[in-house]
Amino acid sequence: MPAVSKGDGMRGLAVFISDIRNCKSKEAEIKRINKELANIRSKFKGDKALDGYSKKKYVCKLLFIFLLGHDIDFGHMEAVNLLSSNKYTEKQIGYLFISVLVNSNSELIRLINNAIKNDLSSRNPTFMCLALHCIANVGSREMAEAFAGEIPRILVAGDTMDSVKQSAALCLLRLYRTSPDLVLMGEWTSRVVHLLNDQHMGVVTAAISLITCLSQKNPEEFKTCVSLAVSRLSRIVSSASTDLQDYTYYFVPAPWLSCKLLRLLQCYPPPEDGAVKGRLVECLETILNKAQEPPKSKKVQHSNAKNAILFEAIALIIHYDSEPNLLVRACNQLGQFLQHRETNLRYLALESMCTLASSEFSHEAVKTHIETVINALKTERDVSVRQRAADLLYAMCDRSNAKQIVAEMLSYLETADYSIREEMVLKVAILAEKYAVDYSWYVDTILNLIRIAGDYVSEEVWYRVIQIVINRDDVQGYAAKTVFEALQAPACHENMVKVGGYILGEFGNLIAGDPRSSPLVQFNLLHSKFHLCSVPTRALLLSAYIKFINLFPETKPTIQEVLRCDSQIRNSDVELQQRAVEYLKLSSIASTDVLATVLEEMPPFPERESSILAKLKKKKGPGAVSGNELEEGKREGGELNGAGERPGDSSAIGASNAVRLHIPTHSLNYDIIYPPPPLFQSTPSPSADLLGLRSAAPVSAAPPSAGSLLVDVFSEAGPAAPAAGANDDGFLRFVCKNNGVLFENQLLQIGVKSEYRQNLGRMYLFYGNKTSVQFVNFTTTLKPVDPLVEGGAQVQQVINIECLTVFSDAPLLNIKFRYGGALQNLTLKLPVAINKFFQPTEMSSHDFFQRWKQLSQPQQEAQKIFKANHAMDTEVLKAKLLGLGTALLEKVDPNPDNFVCAGVIQTKAQQVGCLLRLEPNAQAQVHTHFPVRALGLESRPLGVSSVTTLSLCVSVVHHSFICNKCL
Amino acid sequence: MRFMLLFSRQGKLRLQKWYTATAERDKKKMVRELMQVVLARKPKMCSFLEWRDLKIVYKRYASLYFCCAVEEQDNELITLEVIHRFVELLDKYFGSVCELDIIFNFEKAYFILDEFLMGGEIQDTSKKGVLKAIEQADLLQEVDVSSPKSFFLFK
Repeated sequence: MPAVSKGDGMRGLAVFISDIRNCKSKEAEIKRINKELANIRSKFKGDKALDGYSKKKYVCKLLFIFLLGHDIDFGHMEAVNLLSSNKYTEKQIGYLFISVLVNSNSELIRLINNAIKNDLSSRNPTFMCLALHCIANVGSREMAEAFAGEIPRILVAGDTMDSVKQSAALCLLRLYRTSPDLVLMGEWTSRVVHLLNDQHMGVVTAAISLITCLSQKNPEEFKTCVSLAVSRLSRIVSSASTDLQDYTYYFVPAPWLSCKLLRLLQCYPPPEDGAVKGRLVECLETILNKAQEPPKSKKVQHSNAKNAILFEAIALIIHYDSEPNLLVRACNQLGQFLQHRETNLRYLALESMCTLASSEFSHEAVKTHIETVINALKTERDVSVRQRAADLLYAMCDRSNAKQIVAEMLSYLETADYSIREEMVLKVAILAEKYAVDYSWYVDTILNLIRIAGDYVSEEVWYRVIQIVINRDDVQGYAAKTVFEALQAPACHENMVKVGGYILGEFGNLIAGDPRSSPLVQFNLLHSKFHLCSVPTRALLLSAYIKFINLFPETKPTIQEVLRCDSQIRNSDVELQQRAVEYLKLSSIASTDVLATVLEEMPPFPERESSILAKLKKKKGPGAVSGNELEEGKREGGELNGAGERPGDSSAIGASNAVRLHIPTHSLNYDIIYPPPPLFQSTPSPSADLLGLRSAAPVSAAPPSAGSLLVDVFSEAGPAAPAAGANDDGFLRFVCKNNGVLFENQLLQIGVKSEYRQNLGRMYLFYGNKTSVQFVNFTTTLKPVDPLVEGGAQVQQVINIECLTVFSDAPLLNIKFRYGGALQNLTLKLPVAINKFFQPTEMSSHDFFQRWKQLSQPQQEAQKIFKANHAMDTEVLKAKLLGLGTALLEKVDPNPDNFVCAGVIQTKAQQVGCLLRLEPNAQAQVHTHFPVRALGLESRPLGVSSVTTLSLCVSVVHHSFICNKCL
Repeated sequence: MRFMLLFSRQGKLRLQKWYTATAERDKKKMVRELMQVVLARKPKMCSFLEWRDLKIVYKRYASLYFCCAVEEQDNELITLEVIHRFVELLDKYFGSVCELDIIFNFEKAYFILDEFLMGGEIQDTSKKGVLKAIEQADLLQEVDVSSPKSFFLFK
């Protein structure tokens, strides 16, 4: 029990809390709580009417239990009863309970609002304050509806007590934040602004928060607050430390109010009125001067309060960005803080200087602190401070100091915390690119990055270095030499192998004259890394090898031998196998001319925004990288890309560029080697030759028909999808099930229920407004719907679906509405895939395999081998296959590990029978990822569309397995 | 301010005040996550950190951590003093406050906080002003406590 327990009226509560504290285990605590809950429940249910005191005590116990983290599902009514008690403490506990536990949807809200209404009109200031607190704490739409009209009146009424005014101002602020449309200031505006002149400092402090928020939203209407704020600020700044009595905090006059006034001024441009502006500049100068005065107290509270004002003043100076003198003074002041012994001040100074660095007036001044900042990066013990230092170095970097800063950041990377490495890598990569004057430095920097922090070098970074090397012929030789040297290291990062493979494949010839890096040496070096690399890297290396055959005919026998060996040509990975087969064929069949054409050097990349900059922006969230910087990045990036050298080609290259960028991860990516199709046509070699090549080596030029089909299907479902719908994730979730949430963001939730029979379906869509504000002009492309969706409400739409013929693209649903004035526009894929129209078919093992064998022609079959994204559990697999809509045929396949299914796809035009076989890999037990093979066969030859169907089925199956949310 | 938390060195939550509507489940998750982050920090580290899209300002007083989540543009130092002023208020009210006071009189701690901050903004910075309001309530409370007793006496 505490030594002091003032006004303690509830012994039972104290005993209960003691009991809980004495509980030795979580179980004991739960037991004690359940006992208490049972007791309270029986008391509340009992015949005997409880007196106010007991009610208060029990409600308070419930509140305690809730705050411990347990659910409370009763007692609300008793708490509401307490609200109408005449005893202050009972009312107070009632309000506290309601504030903490009642959510806006509660049935009780009307009763609560009634009690609040009574208290607001009671003219008892303590009761009024309690009621206002409750409104501010709950802050629901219903409360805003009930009281948003009343509270401004209370706020500005002449006879309202100061304490009530304070509560009313902040209560109104809360309502304005939750339901801005309901708080209409109109006639009150000027009287609210004039609260800045109020005698009572507490009223001003409370009111200014409200005014600041309102000014941000309607700056014009509240413009008059600027001159009032300046004069109030001026009075505080010039007052002696004791003038303001209780509002002086550790010898600092009204620090909170000062900060808020400076903050309010940041909603506006510098004052136009010369006198007002002069007065304000005077205030800012005084604040800067005071920072140089000796402290009036040694307490940290004194310096914190004083510096809080100083930082807010600096924020205002930066916001104005028009007073060079003040900007430089601010910068010098922050410079002093950079070496302060208080960690907090060093942190804030670094942060604040980051914004100063972007001002043209203070950029140079900030740069003078470079040594201190570098030192901070090296010596600060707190990672969050080091992070700020890194940010500042990034912000202060320009052509003059880029080499130094990049070098420091690189050396810091070696010991940097794991949490910030990726961001650091991006920043170094961007700076190196942005300020590169000679590109050998750029190449060195990026290769260093890979060497030091290879794991954190994202794809964007190494794609970028390749783009740049390809676009700048003056650096290609140097790049080839450098990667060759870097690859000599016994343990080099896989990313280095990727860059090395790509660059040597393109420009290895530039260093082949030196016997130390002769073609065979280069090849052997690359191939020595081959076995340690992952599949995508190996695929890239295979492509580099075929390029070698073109660059250096003398390597052909060696490379062909490598391609021919079992580990390549029979590789269990279909991608590697295919490449090995195709490249081998290509190298043995094609003439030198054809090879030279097909394996020509990559054309320059078109000018584009640096993908790394976009990545950093994404990582840091919007606003982290200023628009300015992006612009600059684009401009400089363009310059560096040397775009425009081949303007004629740029559109054609642009088209293939997306594919190219996807190379390392895409499973079917031939484009790495073959020039994009338009270049085929533009080459001088006769097209007959090319056709000849195709017919001679169909495997290499055009992938097998089923394969090519798959490519099409996947490109439809894959890369094209993001443009179509924002709900790929949601869409995939519906492959194996019919009900669930299709889409959700902060505003809107869309739920779906659907049912299918034969080729018909019915879908119920539920649009739920998650906010407390209504949506207006709500329309969908499906059907007319009520244009108003109230806050928290849900509207429903029913649509009927008929499958006419086989389709690959899900229908799109477009939704438009206005939320708080802003137009929201969403395009989603409706969760309808071809498998929804499956009718399960049961058949015996004999029947199944007889049909299976009959369907052996290439166009009757499609297959896909893919990795499952997560561990496969037999039950989960079964459930997914059933969800797919086919019949799961048990004990049909002689191999118990395999699954076979049969079904008929019903469309209006035709019926397509499908047999499906899923073969989980035997090594399944060891890994969480295992290849799965699905075979679909169709029983009635129905032309092209049936082939499409097969591929679609396979793609659907594939998706259902890569999506771990399907079930 | 988005929310304020008080928790002990052992990771027990002693007070939580949320100034924006947040689902119970999210609250629990955020509390757990944030406690972990803050408790892992060493004494001499700075009192501010970036967490999700918020700035966290925290300070340790004896066994208790006071932790505020504020918006991007809010002033860190003044928030630190908001915490200090709240501690002063508790101290003044309980007379050299300790963790136990807050455990056993949790409702009082909430009342004091409510008088000081409302909707996440400072209502009054004057110590006198806030304490006057609380003491007034206590005065009313003393009267209340005696009333059931006298009621029994009359019986």
